Amino acid sequence: MTDTALTPGIQSERLKDDDYARNFADLHPKLDPHEALVAADRCYFCHDAPCITACPTDIDIPLFIRQIATGTPEAAARTILSQNIMGGMCARVCPTETLCEEVCVREVAEGKPVLIGQLQRFATDTLMDAGTHPFTRAAPTGKRVAVVGAGPAGLSCAHRLAMLGSDVTLYDARAKPGGLNEYGIATYKAVDDFAQREVDWLLKIGGITVETGKSLGADLTLDTLRTSYDAVFLGIGLGGVNALGLEGEDKDGLIDAVDFIADLRQASDVARVPVGRDVVVIGGGMTAVDAAVQAKLLGALNVSLVYRRGRDRMNASEFEQDLAASKGVRIITNASPRAIIGNGAVREIEFEYTDDTLAPTGQTFRLPADQVFKAIGQTLQGNDLPELDGRKIAVSQTGRTSLDGVWAGGDCAAGGDDLTVTAVAEGRDAALDIHATLTAPAPGAAR
Amino acid sequence: MADLTTDFIGIKSPNPFWLASAPPTDKEYNVRRAFDAGWGGVVWKTLGEAGPPVVNVNGPRYGAIYGADRRLLGLNNIELITDRPLEQNLEEMKRVKRDYPDRALIASLMVPVNEDAWREILRRVEDTGCDGVELNFGCPHGMSERGMGSAVGQVPEYVGQVAYWCKKHSDLPVIVKLTPNITDVRKPAQAAKENGADAVSLINTINSITSVDLDLFAPQPTIDGLGAHGGYCGPAVKPIALNMVAEIARDPATHGLPISGIGGITTWRDAAEFMALGAGNVQVCTAAMTYGFKIVQEMISGLSQYMDEKGMTSTAELVGRAVPNVVNWQDLNLNYVSKAVINQDDCIKCGRCYAACEDTSHQAISMSADRKFEVIDAECVACNLCVNVCPVEGCITMEQMAPGTVDPRTGKVVEAEYANWTTHPNNPGACAAE
Repeated sequence: MTDTALTPGIQSERLKDDDYARNFADLHPKLDPHEALVAADRCYFCHDAPCITACPTDIDIPLFIRQIATGTPEAAARTILSQNIMGGMCARVCPTETLCEEVCVREVAEGKPVLIGQLQRFATDTLMDAGTHPFTRAAPTGKRVAVVGAGPAGLSCAHRLAMLGSDVTLYDARAKPGGLNEYGIATYKAVDDFAQREVDWLLKIGGITVETGKSLGADLTLDTLRTSYDAVFLGIGLGGVNALGLEGEDKDGLIDAVDFIADLRQASDVARVPVGRDVVVIGGGMTAVDAAVQAKLLGALNVSLVYRRGRDRMNASEFEQDLAASKGVRIITNASPRAIIGNGAVREIEFEYTDDTLAPTGQTFRLPADQVFKAIGQTLQGNDLPELDGRKIAVSQTGRTSLDGVWAGGDCAAGGDDLTVTAVAEGRDAALDIHATLTAPAPGAAR
Repeated sequence: MADLTTDFIGIKSPNPFWLASAPPTDKEYNVRRAFDAGWGGVVWKTLGEAGPPVVNVNGPRYGAIYGADRRLLGLNNIELITDRPLEQNLEEMKRVKRDYPDRALIASLMVPVNEDAWREILRRVEDTGCDGVELNFGCPHGMSERGMGSAVGQVPEYVGQVAYWCKKHSDLPVIVKLTPNITDVRKPAQAAKENGADAVSLINTINSITSVDLDLFAPQPTIDGLGAHGGYCGPAVKPIALNMVAEIARDPATHGLPISGIGGITTWRDAAEFMALGAGNVQVCTAAMTYGFKIVQEMISGLSQYMDEKGMTSTAELVGRAVPNVVNWQDLNLNYVSKAVINQDDCIKCGRCYAACEDTSHQAISMSADRKFEVIDAECVACNLCVNVCPVEGCITMEQMAPGTVDPRTGKVVEAEYANWTTHPNNPGACAAE
């Protein structure tokens, strides 16, 4: 091993094997059974509990915690999964500190919430480790539905439809199903190939045919899908990435953070993933934090996360910000990129301090950078989509689009936070509406 | 530091905390460790007749129930009296008493119900220098099936008979240990007193099955697929024990009879409660078996601090202080009216009070859209359930309504005068207050 943290440029194997193993280990390992009992005992079983209201998928949290406390984590898992089929991944990636745990009465009273996320993981892992799938399909309805996009929204929609008796074809542009669960989440949040294991487990419901490597526009058209299937659900996410809009953006060393995260997730050996010595991440969301933290964990010497507004406006939760700081990421706020400096490859980036209205202050500074990750948002891609609301597909409460027989949900649809759990809820609710629509008696039909 | 020196039926000990006759007091090694840790007295594990000792099972002897974080709340055992030879126990007792002359050492005894057997065992134990004897009429398993232990304690005539023999054949103070497995614990206590016993101690363990193995379909502890009932003890039995102690303390027939309180005592506070209800001292077992002998240090410091705060200089000032306030239901003041009050600053909005009152009580708590919980005085009967289920100590309190005000539930003016059921117009047997 020759490269170390001090080696300039973009290099792999900056650390020792043990360091990689430690850095990319499970962020929150599964509670052991006794820890789970102690954590479950703290739940007050609130009446009309605030945590349920705060959960985008309305999981009956007090009930599942009581089921853990009474020694039946499998029943707890069923309570969770009946509302949220991706309860396993959500237990790992949900920003619980801004959802269920934020409103837990014990958080409000003591600043120490019941560990809802970790208890959810305990329950769902217990069930999934046993390899059982708790749901069965209803009698076939004879209806065929195309679900485009095998991310959280599409998987959730496909599972619920299959459960209700439809036959589902689940398309995805990439080589593996899972969407952002597979390609877009920090490695230490979904260790041991959890995203694929969860997909495999979810597909045990039956009735879902997965076709990967098929993207809307290139291999599929919405028109064909509409004629070939009784209904279509679009869960295509946001395939495009915003650009900085600066000269020299094509210089070597500038890459999209989502690509870095995806490469890291797909790497068979994280030590082989190269990273700069001086890394700059531009952006303030979860993607920016995931990229910055993982750059640090790969052995980058200096990692700066630069966001154009104040810290309170960052989309990354306080927990994520603290996690980044604890790993040694320097967070710089109120600064916008102005120039990319370097000959062929990036060498420095110049920023200008801006106030909260993004008005320039005239004060500039430069950060040395041999690698720059852009994480300033993703955009919807595609032609001939249903009508948009702003930059996303306009949808009703249950995901109906402007086109008959076409529903949408997840990040590609307008409204809702761009969270895994929100996508799962939208996919589920669209499935219920699709099922109701397809099985409704025709108008005027004899009753 | 208050002086905790206690004189119980003439037996002095540096504090009122004794170890009950049980596994912790089965042999010299344990008892020396107990005295070194600070225990004021020890009731040695029950001795039987000379000859081949009893045998114990070789499978599990204990079963338990737990609270949160595996806190042991109740323990059940099927162990018998000492399974070591009488001579060995007597030699050890003699040595221990010689080395710890300031501590109380009591011999617990259980032999068949005949005068010769009791005369003989008394003769043997007197030689150890022990300070008194405790007659084990409480053990509810194993020995009771052989006509001893609780089989004696359940028949007041037998209790009286054996107490009489013991006083007749020995000058040692006699404590009669009572079983709770009886309808009216006052009867054996009366029999003990009438026949000269110096004190009673209670409670012994309660007949119990702690749990059932739902795979083996057998009671726990399970021995080769079978289980037998055992004796239940630990924090869970304390309320039962407190009531039985109070029943004896306030019964005119036994009032003033010294009581050694036993049953789930785990902290100084538990001990103080037993003493306030009339126990002259207390005996501890499960807490020591759970945490070790060192807990006595907390008991000593806690009781001392409490007595200092109350200005008490002797444990005798505490003993029995609560007895006059234990009455029968019909003596309670029906003109005392209170209402639950929820302190909104302390409320954490969990809604447990609401669920409890709405589902299981009097629909006397309202819930607003923003989760504000308030008592509806017109419905509140002051049952206290909301206080009991509230997870925040002191958040809900019961406030007395001032005499002269109108109770919105009944529409009646709250009377200042005490009035109980005996004079209530709804009572068919009511007599006018004279």
